[in-house]
Amino acid sequence: MLKINNLHASVEDVEILKGVFLEVKPGEVHAIMGPNGSGKSTLSSVIAGREEYEVTEGGIRFENEDLLELSAEERAHKGIFLSFQYPVEIPGVTVTNFLKTAINESRKGRGLEPMPANEMLKKMREKMALLEMDKGFLSRSLNEGFSGGEKKRNEIFQMAMLEPKLAILDETDSGLDIDALRIVANGVNKLRTKDNATIVITHYQRLLDHIVPDFVHVLHKGKIIKSGTKELALELEDRGYDWLIKESAAV
Amino acid sequence: MEDLKEKLESSFIVFENQMQGGAKGVIHKKRQEAFERFEALGFPTKRDEEYKYTNVKAHLKGDFRIFPNTETNLEYKDLKEYFVSDIDSYKVVFIDGVYSSWLSETTHDKFDICTFQAMVQKEPALVNKYFDTVLPKKESFSSLNTAFANEGAFIRVKKNQTVDKPIQILFFSTNHDKELMLQPRNLIIVEENAEVEIIERHQSLSDHAVFTNSATEIFAERSSRINYYKIQNDNNEASIVDNTSIAQYAHSNVRIGTFSFGNKFIRNNLNFFIKEEHTESHMDGISIAGDNQFIDHHTLADHKFANCYSDELYKGIYDGKGKGVFNGKVMVHPDAQKTNAFQQNNNILLTDTASIDTKPQLEIYADDVKCSHGCTIGQLDEDALFYLRSRGIGQKEAKALMLFAFANDSLRNVRIPALRKRLNAAIALKLGVNINFEL
Repeated sequence: MLKINNLHASVEDVEILKGVFLEVKPGEVHAIMGPNGSGKSTLSSVIAGREEYEVTEGGIRFENEDLLELSAEERAHKGIFLSFQYPVEIPGVTVTNFLKTAINESRKGRGLEPMPANEMLKKMREKMALLEMDKGFLSRSLNEGFSGGEKKRNEIFQMAMLEPKLAILDETDSGLDIDALRIVANGVNKLRTKDNATIVITHYQRLLDHIVPDFVHVLHKGKIIKSGTKELALELEDRGYDWLIKESAAV
Repeated sequence: MEDLKEKLESSFIVFENQMQGGAKGVIHKKRQEAFERFEALGFPTKRDEEYKYTNVKAHLKGDFRIFPNTETNLEYKDLKEYFVSDIDSYKVVFIDGVYSSWLSETTHDKFDICTFQAMVQKEPALVNKYFDTVLPKKESFSSLNTAFANEGAFIRVKKNQTVDKPIQILFFSTNHDKELMLQPRNLIIVEENAEVEIIERHQSLSDHAVFTNSATEIFAERSSRINYYKIQNDNNEASIVDNTSIAQYAHSNVRIGTFSFGNKFIRNNLNFFIKEEHTESHMDGISIAGDNQFIDHHTLADHKFANCYSDELYKGIYDGKGKGVFNGKVMVHPDAQKTNAFQQNNNILLTDTASIDTKPQLEIYADDVKCSHGCTIGQLDEDALFYLRSRGIGQKEAKALMLFAFANDSLRNVRIPALRKRLNAAIALKLGVNINFEL
């Protein structure tokens, strides 16, 4: 599904990714862990199509298509979704209006008719129930005045509505209390199928208790220095990152 | 420029000679005085403080026709798109300055909704009492309008009456062989405890330049309620100077919304004169200027009495080489204690070549008041733009959504749903997208 090959990316001439290799297949959950400043968020931004990041070498293919040729919105139409670490507040745009526009623009991008209003409403209700959200939430301005937990829940709600093939959850656990974390993780798990894939970017192992990864990768200074299974995450929780960094420096 | 002034001078003599009967009547005297004021003032130049950022001269060049041809065979179907057509309304329609009875729907039943000419003929006492009593004498353009005042809408809502449906006032201009100048004049009197909603629009159907110098006097008597909407969405050869002055009496509530998306040149001189205590005045506006468009708002809230409230909220979006001016004057006189006066002007510049000159101008001579003002100039937030795009919303649509979100507060006082829908659609069209901003 997703193939990242020797990806180098810079922002304002500072190289942040220095040769990332990663392959994600349908149905898989990958966790990307790593200390602060290792390039985790840059990787997710580059996949989602943020223009400030310049890819200087290597490439990304998604379902055998060159992803780097596509705009952010085209990538969304192909089924890529990024759950933001810091969702942006947009006063004046209600959650409903935003989702309606997003879904219908995505459908238009795929050559489909707009979704009928009643179908949209039904789907919204269903997905809100899944994330234990209050319906008053639909008429609020997008993320404006939302608590940290509400913002993250809103991200997963959007993901549920847009039904992406590849979801990237960027630090979705940060700032969540244990109840909110459980709700969010439960939502993500219920949305998993054999055809879609998830990349979980996180600093801590905690989220991975709830969203169990098939593979764990450690990113450091713009490179994946170690890949393993979920046991690797537990080991990192125990021992920190230093031993790995030393180990990779030795190699 | 002098050419046009000279032409107006000779035209004025012709115009006065054409007036039938009572050349010594009050209206003639007021016109004469107004013309003398205009002659002394001349057209404003950039040397005038009030026109420092506004080059009106450039739009007065040309061989303007002062008295348009009045033959036309326009039908409703040709003009329907300019009406808010999905509502029942009264209509006062003018084509090339002449009242069009077949396009209008007027009444004299519980209220008078008719023409300025009819008022002058039937109720000359009103001329004496109201005409040219609230527009500032030092304004060049409104003085010129007064000198040539001949036709426009006359609305009088009698005591305790509520007009049962909105009134649309439309001024069309048709294709002429050359540039055309129009000077419509409206008089609106809303008596004690009466209520009215009015939509005003000027529309050129000409390929040539049309310069409209419009003037409206509004009298909001005690406890009256007025919602007045101005749609400025004319073609790109059209210019307008809109002079509107309001006299407000105790407990009246007046809301004026000015929605400016079209025209080559727009200048609004909007003045609220507070005449008694406990009034409420609202001014809202949205300006969207595309390449080479110019939109100027000069507003005044003149607080002479205590315990009054005024609030203004203007949003501006400027693209290409679009230019804007905002000058919001709030005068709080020494006796106007307990005044609440608020003003806000927020702007977004979409390009490096767009510009806005914004100036809040508060003069406060009372010591127990609450007044605030704020103006901002910014750009679209790139992070927010990326956020929307990452959800599949195209760049243009994402921009439009954010701009609409930025501007739509200023629609807060639009009480007619069909009009609100119309304005939403006009904004979408102006921003080049086909999205429905409705919820």
